[in-house]
Amino acid sequence: MKVQQISVFLENKSGRLSMLTKVLRQEKINIRALSIADTTDFGILRLIVDQPDAAYLMLKRSGFTVSHTAVIAVEIPDHPGGLAEILDILAGAEINIEYCYALPQKSNDKALVIFRVERLDEAIRVLLEKGVGVLKEDSVYGI
Amino acid sequence: MIWNRPMETLSRNELAALQLQRLKAVVERVYHNVPAYREKMQAADLTPRDVRSLEDLRRLPFTVKQDLRDHYPYGLFAAPMREIVRVHASSGTTGNPIVVGYTRKDLDTWSELIARTLSCAGADADSVVQVSYGYGLFTGGLGIHYGTEKLGATVVPMSGGNTQRQIKLMQDFGATHLACTPSYALYLAEAIKEMKIPREKLRLKAGIFGAEPWTEEMRRELEYRLQIMAIDIYGLSEVMGPGVASECPVKNGLHIFEDHFIPEIIDPVTEEPLPYGEKGELVFTTITKEGFPVIRYRTRDISVLHGEPCSCGRTHVRMEKVSGRSDDMIIIRGVNVFPSQVESVLLKLGLTEPHYVLVVDRVGTLDTLEVWVEVSEKLFSDEVRNLEKIERKIQRELESLLGITAHVRLVEPKSIERSEGKAKRVIDRRKK
Repeated sequence: MKVQQISVFLENKSGRLSMLTKVLRQEKINIRALSIADTTDFGILRLIVDQPDAAYLMLKRSGFTVSHTAVIAVEIPDHPGGLAEILDILAGAEINIEYCYALPQKSNDKALVIFRVERLDEAIRVLLEKGVGVLKEDSVYGI
Repeated sequence: MIWNRPMETLSRNELAALQLQRLKAVVERVYHNVPAYREKMQAADLTPRDVRSLEDLRRLPFTVKQDLRDHYPYGLFAAPMREIVRVHASSGTTGNPIVVGYTRKDLDTWSELIARTLSCAGADADSVVQVSYGYGLFTGGLGIHYGTEKLGATVVPMSGGNTQRQIKLMQDFGATHLACTPSYALYLAEAIKEMKIPREKLRLKAGIFGAEPWTEEMRRELEYRLQIMAIDIYGLSEVMGPGVASECPVKNGLHIFEDHFIPEIIDPVTEEPLPYGEKGELVFTTITKEGFPVIRYRTRDISVLHGEPCSCGRTHVRMEKVSGRSDDMIIIRGVNVFPSQVESVLLKLGLTEPHYVLVVDRVGTLDTLEVWVEVSEKLFSDEVRNLEKIERKIQRELESLLGITAHVRLVEPKSIERSEGKAKRVIDRRKK
């Protein structure tokens, strides 16, 4: 249920993101979703890819500062209030969200949101209890 | 008191002739015995025969600290190991340590130079010299030790630390001369005061203080507190250890023992030699060393050379007290800042082996300081607030240490240029 996200430290400097994507292209690694959190001086790029282990290794070899983070991918009903339902469940369990971002899903009418939460296992448990679709990692990598 | 009057008072012409003869010999020696020097000379299209006058020295390539690291440990030795009887080394906290080797003759020369230094401070065979420099791989302790024996004085090999005992034995053994760093001398002075030892209990006359830059203010402080003559001595292990230069009682610059070392002052940026009287980086060529000669070694120490005769009678050129390091100190809004201070903060926060650079700029009339710190794997967090927390923590520590605000900026690993001898700890963008 836990999805491996690759996080990369990026200085706010032109060309860095382009360099990173070139590395991934060379290794034939496909990006599923990405988000950038930025400050004045630096940014953190968060990536969901089809081969997280290979991506981690190759980026590290290319001199990037990389880390793994476990996140969850949650299917959300694609209608108004869909996201609110999920957040309600997490809030009810007093689980804080560090950050989240959405990724497109081609096959069905559900939206997919990546959550980085504290108390990951508990989050998975409460979401499943409420019948929310928490995706298995393989299905996320293979989207 | 002049230990070696013939050598220390040679006429400038005689000295120049002696230097040239010795320079030729040492260039021959490194050319034939040290591949690194030979390659450098060949790259500059030079052979030992091209050194015909002292002016030709400036055609020879410089040697920098990185060269010494690159050939760790013995690669720059110019004598076979059979003839090397001692090695010393730096601590190596920033990479490979620097290792230097001495032949028996080198140790003799070194001892002679320390005997000269001690004589400058008025010591003789009746003196008792307490050596409170550290003994071991550091050149301070053992260097002064053997020089004291050469002088015929009595050596008390205390090494550093153990302050109470230092002071007890200083009284009991009747030390007349103290050899240590100026900061340790100050510490001893404070301890003597705290222990309420009356001055009459001490026979101390003079101190030879070196191994770190110190100011005239510090001299006044030491002379007042210890009631002694405080003499600045200069040396670095790459060149010899202590004994490269020493103040005489005139205290108007340090005489460089020119029959063994040829000093130059260069502009650290253009690398062009500067005339006497102009401030720049000290460069030394050793002309008598066998084990570990250095050719045009860039010390990074900033000083000025003065050629006018000294009233003490010594004819050797004088260098001003070292005022800083070419790659080191910066002045921001009137505050002296050393990269080493930043380093100590980073180390204190557990950011071991930090790579950082100080970027100084001027916005309007205000100097600004940015400290760029490379993010390491250990430091990296996937959450922005954690990284910002680290930035703030470093900033707070720097502010409390330096008294000025620095903007801390996290940068990517390996994005800060690695030093190749020219340490790039500071980027100064202010218009001079």
